[in-house]
Amino acid sequence: MKAPKRLLLAAALAAATGAAGAAEVEVLHFWTSGGEARAAATLKAMLEQQGHIWRDFAVAGGGGESAMTVLKSRAVSGNPPSAAQIKGPAIQEWGELGFLDSIDEVAVKDGWSMLLPEVVAELMKVDGHYVAAPVNVHRVNWVWANAEVFGKLGLQPPTTWDEFFAVADKLKAAGITPLAHGGQSWQDATVFEAVAIGQGGVDFYRKALVELDDATLRGPAMVQALKTFKRLKTYMDPDRANRDWNVATGMVINGKAGMQIMGDWAKGEFASAGQKAGTDYLCFPAPGAAAFTLNVDSFAMFKLRAPAQRPAQLALARLIMAPPFQEAFSLAKGSIPARSDVSLDTFDDCAKRSRKDFDAAAQSGALLPSMAHGIATRSDVQGAFFDVLTQFFNDDAISAEQAADKLAKAVKAAR
Amino acid sequence: MTETSRLFLGRIALYAALAAWAAFYLAPLAVMLLTSVKTLDDIRTGTLLSWPAALTLEPWLKAWSGACTGIRCEGLAPFMWNSVLITLPAVAISTAIGALNGYVLSKWRFRGSELFFGALLLGCFLPFQVLLIPMAQTLKALGLANTVSGLVLVHVICGLASTTLFFRNYYVGVPDELIRAAKLDGAGFFTIFWRILLPVSTPIIVVCVIWQFTQIWNDFLFGVVYSGLDTQPVTVALNNLVNTSTGVKEYNVDMAAALIAALPTLLVYVLAGKHFVRGLTAGAVKG
Amino acid sequence: MATVMARASGAEHARRDRLQAWLPRLVLAPSVAITLVFVYGFIGWTAALSFTSSKLLPSWNFVGFEQYLKLAENERWLVAAQNLLIFGGLFIAVCLAIGVLLAVLLDQKIRAEGALRAIYLYPMALSFIVTGTAWKWILNPGLGLQKLVQDLGFTGFTFDWLVNPDKAVYTLVIAAVWQASGFVMAMFLAGLRGVDPALIKAAQLDGASLPRIYWRIVLPCLRPVLFSALMILSHIAIKSFDLVAALTGGGPGFATDLPATFMYAHAFTRGQMALGSASAVLMLGAVLAVAVPFLYSELRSKRHD
Repeated sequence: MKAPKRLLLAAALAAATGAAGAAEVEVLHFWTSGGEARAAATLKAMLEQQGHIWRDFAVAGGGGESAMTVLKSRAVSGNPPSAAQIKGPAIQEWGELGFLDSIDEVAVKDGWSMLLPEVVAELMKVDGHYVAAPVNVHRVNWVWANAEVFGKLGLQPPTTWDEFFAVADKLKAAGITPLAHGGQSWQDATVFEAVAIGQGGVDFYRKALVELDDATLRGPAMVQALKTFKRLKTYMDPDRANRDWNVATGMVINGKAGMQIMGDWAKGEFASAGQKAGTDYLCFPAPGAAAFTLNVDSFAMFKLRAPAQRPAQLALARLIMAPPFQEAFSLAKGSIPARSDVSLDTFDDCAKRSRKDFDAAAQSGALLPSMAHGIATRSDVQGAFFDVLTQFFNDDAISAEQAADKLAKAVKAAR
Repeated sequence: MTETSRLFLGRIALYAALAAWAAFYLAPLAVMLLTSVKTLDDIRTGTLLSWPAALTLEPWLKAWSGACTGIRCEGLAPFMWNSVLITLPAVAISTAIGALNGYVLSKWRFRGSELFFGALLLGCFLPFQVLLIPMAQTLKALGLANTVSGLVLVHVICGLASTTLFFRNYYVGVPDELIRAAKLDGAGFFTIFWRILLPVSTPIIVVCVIWQFTQIWNDFLFGVVYSGLDTQPVTVALNNLVNTSTGVKEYNVDMAAALIAALPTLLVYVLAGKHFVRGLTAGAVKG
Repeated sequence: MATVMARASGAEHARRDRLQAWLPRLVLAPSVAITLVFVYGFIGWTAALSFTSSKLLPSWNFVGFEQYLKLAENERWLVAAQNLLIFGGLFIAVCLAIGVLLAVLLDQKIRAEGALRAIYLYPMALSFIVTGTAWKWILNPGLGLQKLVQDLGFTGFTFDWLVNPDKAVYTLVIAAVWQASGFVMAMFLAGLRGVDPALIKAAQLDGASLPRIYWRIVLPCLRPVLFSALMILSHIAIKSFDLVAALTGGGPGFATDLPATFMYAHAFTRGQMALGSASAVLMLGAVLAVAVPFLYSELRSKRHD
C-alpha cells in the first residue's frame, strides 16, 4: 500500500509544480547600464508574470568579452546557462559544438519566418533549426550631427564621401572638430566599414568582409577604402585614444564636434541630454552607397541539464519575439524591433527612417551584416580585422597597400 | 655655511622630497574622491582637480544601494557580504597552510624540499588566465563548480606560493637552537610549531593576512568565472557597474563605487600598516 | 626495572621518530600535490592545447607547430612580447629605485613617518582596475594632467603619452610603479631597520659620511630583501592584465598590448584558444628562462647560510 501512495504523492507534486510552471531560466547577458538594464528588466517582469523565474547573470565589459569568458568556462564545466546573449556567427559556432537546443516549437508555431527578414532569420538558425531569438535590429552606419552647428554653418548632410570631406573642411575651418571618435578598435572598425560600403559599394563589402575573398582584400577597392579611412584621421581630434564612444557622442552634443559615425544606440546619449531628433541633432546614413549595416542582439538557447526548465526557456524565447517586449526594448536602446510587424508610432524619426531603409535594403539586397559588431564574421576573423585596421589607423608609417596586404594575410591566418 | 644650517637645509630638502612623493601617491585618490562628489554636469564642464560646484553625496548612495549591476539595481551592498564569505576562509586557510609549509621548509628540510620550494615559486610566474579552462574542468570533476568552496579552493591554490614564501623566510630567522633544544626535550613536530614558532609569528601572520586579503578581495577574474549566481564578489558587481557596453556612463557613481569596493582593503592597510612594516622588519623579507 | 622501561620507551621513541620523520613530508604533501596538478599539470595541459587547432573551446585535433608559426608572423604578438620586456624591465627597475630611495629617506627619523608610510603604501590596497581607471583619467590629454597644467597657464605643456603609440607603454609603467613602489619601500625599510647598528656605528666612528655608509655598508646587506622584492614585482608585472585593460585597452592600436592580454583576447574573446595557449607557453618559457637560473642561484646560496 505504501509504494502506490508514495507514487501518488510524487505524481501530485509533479502535477502541482508543472501546473504552477515555476520553471527557471538562467540568463547570461551584459546589459548592465541604466537604460539597457531597465529594458532587460521588462523582459524579466514579463517572464515572471507567466509564473517563471528569471535568474540574472550579468557580466559587463567590453561588449561581452568577460561574458564570453564566463560562458566558455561554464560550458566546459558542464554547467552552461539556459540562455546567453550571443549574436551573429557565434551562434553557429556554439551550435556546431552541440551546445544549443532547437526552439522550433516556438519559432515555427509563431511563424517567425514570416515576421523576420531572411537575413535575420538565418542568423538565428543552426542546420535550419531556430536556436536563438532576436531582440532587436541596430543600424550601425549612421552619422549623428549637431543640428545647431550645421544650421549655423549652412551645412547639409552629405550623401557622398566627397561631400562629407567638404562638410568636414568647413567644420574644421570654423574651429570645430569635424568627426568625433573614440580610439578603440571596435570604433575604428565601425568607421572603416562605413567607408568600405560607402566607397566600395555593397558587393565589395560582401566579397571582402563577409566572404573574405583574398583577391578583394588585397585589391584596389580595398586600398581606396583604406586611404579614405586614413584620411578621416585628419578630421579627428588628437585626444581620441581609448576614448569611450559615449564621450565622443558627448562632443557632438555640446557642439565641440560636428559629426560622429556610430550605431543607433547613440540616440540614448542624445536623449539623456534632453535633445530631440531633427531639432537638436540630425541623423543620416553614412554617405555613399545606400545600405543598411545591421547588428542584431539575440539570445541563444542552450541545451538544458534539467529538462524541467524547458517551459521557462521556451516562454523566454516567445516573450523575446512578442511585440510588447520588442517595442519596449527598442525604445530604450535606440534600435528598431526585429519583428517587422511592430508599429513604430511611438518611435522617433530616426527610427522610422531606419525601418524604411531596412525594408528597402532587404528588398534590394543591401542589407549587410556588420563586421565591427560581430555579425559578418566569426570572432577570430573579426579580431584579425580589428588588429590590422587599428594598427593602420594609428601608425602613419603603414601605407594603404601594405595594410591591404596585411589584412589578407591576417584573415587567412585567423581562419 | 655652518654645519647646522647645512643640516637644516638637508632636513628641509628631505621633507620636501617626501612631501612631493606623497603628493604623487595621493593625487589619484584625490581625483577619485573629488569626482565622486560632483554632479555629472560638473564633471563634463570641470577639470580633474576642480572643486565641485555643488557637493553631492548622491553618487555614494547610488553606488551603495541603487546602481544597476545587471537587472538588479541594488548597488554594491549585497555583494560585499559575498566577498567576505569568499575572502575570510580563503585567507585563513592559505595562511595556515603557508605557515605549516614555511615551518617544514625552514626547520625540517629534507631531500627535495628546496626543489619543491623552487618549483612552488616558479608557479608565481604563471599568468592566471592560463588556469581558467582547466580549472573549470577540474572543479566540475570535484563537484565544486560555481560554489563558494570552489572559489575558495582556487584562491588557496593561487596564494600558496606567496604565503609559503613569507612564512619560510620568516621562520628561517628563528634560531635553530630553539628547535633543537625542544626536540631534545622530546617535543614533536606539531608541539614545536604550536609552542615555539606560532607565538612569535604574529608579525608575519599580519603581513600574510594583509597581502592575501588584498589579493583575494581585489580579484576579479576568478570571481566572475567561478562564483555562483548568488555569490558573486563585489569586484564583479563593480565591473558591471562601471563597464557599460552601449549605455550612459556616470563617472561620479563609478568613482564612488570603486572607493566603496576598495574600502575594506584600504582600511586594512591604513589600520594595520604599522604592524605590516613591523612584520616585515621582524624578518619576513630576510633571506 | 629501569632497563625494561628504557627498552620499552626506546621502541616507542623509534616509532615516534619514524612518524616524526614522515610528518614534515605529510604536511608538505598536499601542497606538493596541488602544485603538481594545478600548476604544472595545467601548464602541461596548456602546452598540449597549443599543438591543437582549438578555436572556441578545447578540441584535441593536433596540428603540430602550426600555432607557433602563426605567432611568429603575428605583428600584435611581436609588439606584445617587446612590450613585456620594456614594461617589465622598467617597472621592476623603477620600483626598486624608488623603493630604495624612499626607504632610505624614511629611515632618517622623520616626524610623520607613520602617516607618510601609510600614504606610500595605500596604493597597493587598490585593485588594478581602480588604478587603471583613475590613471586613465589623469593621463588623458584633454581631460587630465595636460589640461590642468595648461589651464594653470603653461599653455605649451604637453603630456600626451597616453595617445602616442610610441610612448603609451610608458604610461603603463607610471601607473604600475605608482601602485607597487610603496610596497617595495616598506620591504626595504624593514630591511634597513634590520641592519646591525654596530656596523653603522663603526663606520661613523671611522668618519664615513652618511651617503657613503648607505652605499657601501647598508645596501649590500639588503640582498635578501632584493630577492623577495624581485619575486613580488615579477609576479605583479606578469599579472598586469587588469591594468592594461583598464588604462589603455591595449591601445592606441595595440601599442600597449602585453602577452597576458594577447593570450586572453585570443583564447577567450576571439575563439582562438590554441593560438592563445601557444602565446601563453611562449610567455611562460621566456619568463622561466630568466627565473629558473635566478631562483637556482638564490636558493643555492641560501643553503650555504
